[in-house]
Amino acid sequence: MSIGFFNYWVFIILLMIGLYTVMSRSNLIKKMIGLSLFQISVFLFYISMGKVSGGTAPIVVENITDGVAPVYSNPLPHVLILTAIVVGIATTALGLSLVVRIRESFGTIDEDEILEMKDGA
Amino acid sequence: MLSLSSQYPILVAIVPLMAAPICALLRGKTAPWAFTTITSACTFYISIQLLFSVASSGPISYELGGWAPPWGIEYVVDLLSGFMLVLISGISTGVLLYARESITKEVAPQQLGLFFTAYLLALTGMLGISITGDAFNVFVFLEIMSLSSYALIAMGERTDRRALTAAFQYLIIGTVGATFYLIGVGLIYLMTGTLNIADIAARLPEIEGTRPILAAAGFIVIGIGIKLALFPFHVWLPNSYTYAPNIVTAFFAGTATKVGVYLLIRFIFTVFGENYSFGELGLTDILLPLGVLAFLTMSSVAIYQTNIKRLLAYSSVAQMGYIILGISLASESGLTAAILHIFNHAIVKTGLFLSLGCMFFVVGSTYLKDLEGIGKRMPITTFGFVLGGFGLIGVPLTPGFISKWYLVVAALEKGSIIGYSLVALLMISSLLAVLYIWRVVEVAYFRDPPDSVVKREAPMSLLVPTWIFILGSFYFGIETSFNVGIAKVAAAFLMGGA
Amino acid sequence: MLLLIAGTMAVLLVRNLFVATMLLGIVSFTMALIFISLDAVDVAFTEAAVGAGISTVLYIGTLALVGSQEKDQPKFAAGPMVICIAVGAVLYYATYEMPPFGHADNPVQTHVGPRYIQDSPTEIGVPNMVTSVLASYRGYDTFGEVTVIFAAGIGVLLILRQRRRRKNEDDETDVPLDKGKTGRSGSLSGLGSEHDLIPHVIAKLLIPFIFVFALYVQFHGDFGPGGGFQAGVIFAAGIILYALVFSLDLARSVINEKVILFLISAGVLLYGGVGVASMLLGGNFLDYNVLSSDPVAGQHLGILLVELGVGITVTAAMLAIFYAFVGRADLIAAKAEQEKN
Repeated sequence: MSIGFFNYWVFIILLMIGLYTVMSRSNLIKKMIGLSLFQISVFLFYISMGKVSGGTAPIVVENITDGVAPVYSNPLPHVLILTAIVVGIATTALGLSLVVRIRESFGTIDEDEILEMKDGA
Repeated sequence: MLSLSSQYPILVAIVPLMAAPICALLRGKTAPWAFTTITSACTFYISIQLLFSVASSGPISYELGGWAPPWGIEYVVDLLSGFMLVLISGISTGVLLYARESITKEVAPQQLGLFFTAYLLALTGMLGISITGDAFNVFVFLEIMSLSSYALIAMGERTDRRALTAAFQYLIIGTVGATFYLIGVGLIYLMTGTLNIADIAARLPEIEGTRPILAAAGFIVIGIGIKLALFPFHVWLPNSYTYAPNIVTAFFAGTATKVGVYLLIRFIFTVFGENYSFGELGLTDILLPLGVLAFLTMSSVAIYQTNIKRLLAYSSVAQMGYIILGISLASESGLTAAILHIFNHAIVKTGLFLSLGCMFFVVGSTYLKDLEGIGKRMPITTFGFVLGGFGLIGVPLTPGFISKWYLVVAALEKGSIIGYSLVALLMISSLLAVLYIWRVVEVAYFRDPPDSVVKREAPMSLLVPTWIFILGSFYFGIETSFNVGIAKVAAAFLMGGA
Repeated sequence: MLLLIAGTMAVLLVRNLFVATMLLGIVSFTMALIFISLDAVDVAFTEAAVGAGISTVLYIGTLALVGSQEKDQPKFAAGPMVICIAVGAVLYYATYEMPPFGHADNPVQTHVGPRYIQDSPTEIGVPNMVTSVLASYRGYDTFGEVTVIFAAGIGVLLILRQRRRRKNEDDETDVPLDKGKTGRSGSLSGLGSEHDLIPHVIAKLLIPFIFVFALYVQFHGDFGPGGGFQAGVIFAAGIILYALVFSLDLARSVINEKVILFLISAGVLLYGGVGVASMLLGGNFLDYNVLSSDPVAGQHLGILLVELGVGITVTAAMLAIFYAFVGRADLIAAKAEQEKN
């Protein structure tokens, strides 16, 4: 029983660490890194769902030698996560470009320091 | 060759989507704007056609790629989504009419092509969310909308550098929200094996009580709650709305959060069903206090703002509170009030932000201290603003009155102490709205303008669209058959169909 | 798995952002290995290329611009901790009624999934089921995904686009950007050092192979792991490598910003164009069956074209983002130089 959920538990732990990094760190880059971790953990969750024990990658095997049809893992979660990875990198790129501009106009990438400024949002 | 009208459901989303890359290649000051406006107007036309055909012959389903759901992705237009499509594309078109001159003050000319590309993508995202019948497809379009809106908000940076931090803050919070939604969808998929909304709804009853579904509902409600600025997840909204370029604020105030509400209604009523949502999940006990807190606290906070844009932004969060309250009453009249208020508030708030944009265009600031005596300098604009303000307060003959009326009726239906105290709280909140609008009125009419300035109105290209929204709001406040009619039928459909 | 947890903990604790970025890359790479063990080869491929590759490049590029030391911050944040534990607890609570991991009779395996596994080889005729689901059954999601990348490219260009063009290529020298904090010297387009023979020779040998490999991944995606997205990333990586080794300006002369903007748009239009074509031929949007008299051949053609669209947009968007970051560094360097004079 417990071993069956091991992947999900790892997902939960990664997710918690990522979320904590996002919320607790004031450095904007660190926040972005935390956000990436947070997203990666969700990828693990989806991919774990699609796995079938003893299964193989969902690519048709042409020459079946032992006469047993192979068991394939579910391709759907893979597709979803491919999309999610793309969304993740898109978000990262946009976030980092904002960080660069923030650093240029505020001279710092520390959220606390920006908040201390007079017009710091 | 099929007739064009059978392709309308997909066209409404891909017309702006395909227009976006073309727009990115356009150069010059007017070409991107003109192209975007025409595209948006086409979308508006298609949306109206869709709404009519749904109203006369029931929901439309469209199978993308020719694959039957749940294997392929399905587009579903029912009355509510048709209504949202018309609202979003209509507001977008109106705001665009206004945009040509307004935006030149805020965005560099060589950026205009890309700016309108991002605008079209945001429009695509919202339309896609409203029309899709697939839970994962929602996530994809949610991200299209979000990514382009982060960029659009950051464009306010030429006016105030805080636009950058606002956009970054929104990016972080928004991504967390979207990822929460993704986890929720993942949990549902884990339990049902499907992503199609109708299919999920059909398969859920068997496994309704299980813990993963409970957790999924929690993640989805919180994730969407973040996107629609549900109190207390609203922190990103005032900053974003304050520092974004004016037309972006006007566009998003009318549409972006409303799309979130639409999703929430979709999940509560269509996916989970109202019996589960309000029975087992007890969403009334959670959403009702949040809604009430939202309109009480945010209206109070709005009173103390020195920047009118920020004041209106807080008022938006407060108005969200009314909508959430309507949903949480879990009755047909409550839902009617909520849907009605989505529409009414969208029109009123867009009109308000547009008239504020006129002031910004002339004065170059939206701070109260810079707008002293604005009523004498720009009488037409300011009068429009005040009329819009009446709509927010809920003065009779304005649409705000209509939706509050339905909300009060829904609250009274609840009976008992809660119903009556809700009515009392609604009254208090309206009084708070009087106070914050009064602050603007006081500064505008009862203070003298600085001596040096002369009376100057905003150009017609700004005034006309602004007044279209203001007068439109009065039209829908007096001749209510369109908005009330649709809201009632849609609410009945959602309550019955779930 | 435990390595992952250790890695993420380290990311949280380490104060040097450069190290944190590297650790993030390692976590991504480990994740990719785990994906392989979970049969998700396509995803693993992508995660390795994106998580450990492109995103690390982006982070490092940013760090070069903004400095890599985090402010001292030993404080413990109670509020976020409570929220995280609450979120974790809800999920942990949920796991106990989840279907067990890996069982073949879970809803995920029995409801929608089997159709893809059983019928896709005959309906689509493509051995890689991930490709057939990606490009055909859920082709519209992928269209959305291309649009997301397009939106990111546009967004980054909007945010970072240079306000004016550099005056003269010759002006470009290594101007210290912020030596005190970063300890690195400025202009990224000067990165390609002119004197190092070894990188030049190796890169010259490698880059053609990278491009060939990218093309292989692009067009072999129907049969093995791969497809437009991965190919696009690899292709972009090849050009980025070229830019890093031989200087950015050479890379720009090969493929400049205008071309890139055109390509980003072209990819999306190609994808959408296939959809529109299928509509004109009487099918629904993205219904490839009508593209040819034989449905399976139509599917083949459709998938080939949309994957090409994906590849083009992804390559161009990645390059646009890279150029935008590097261009920004030049701008800062130019400003610093102006202030000096």
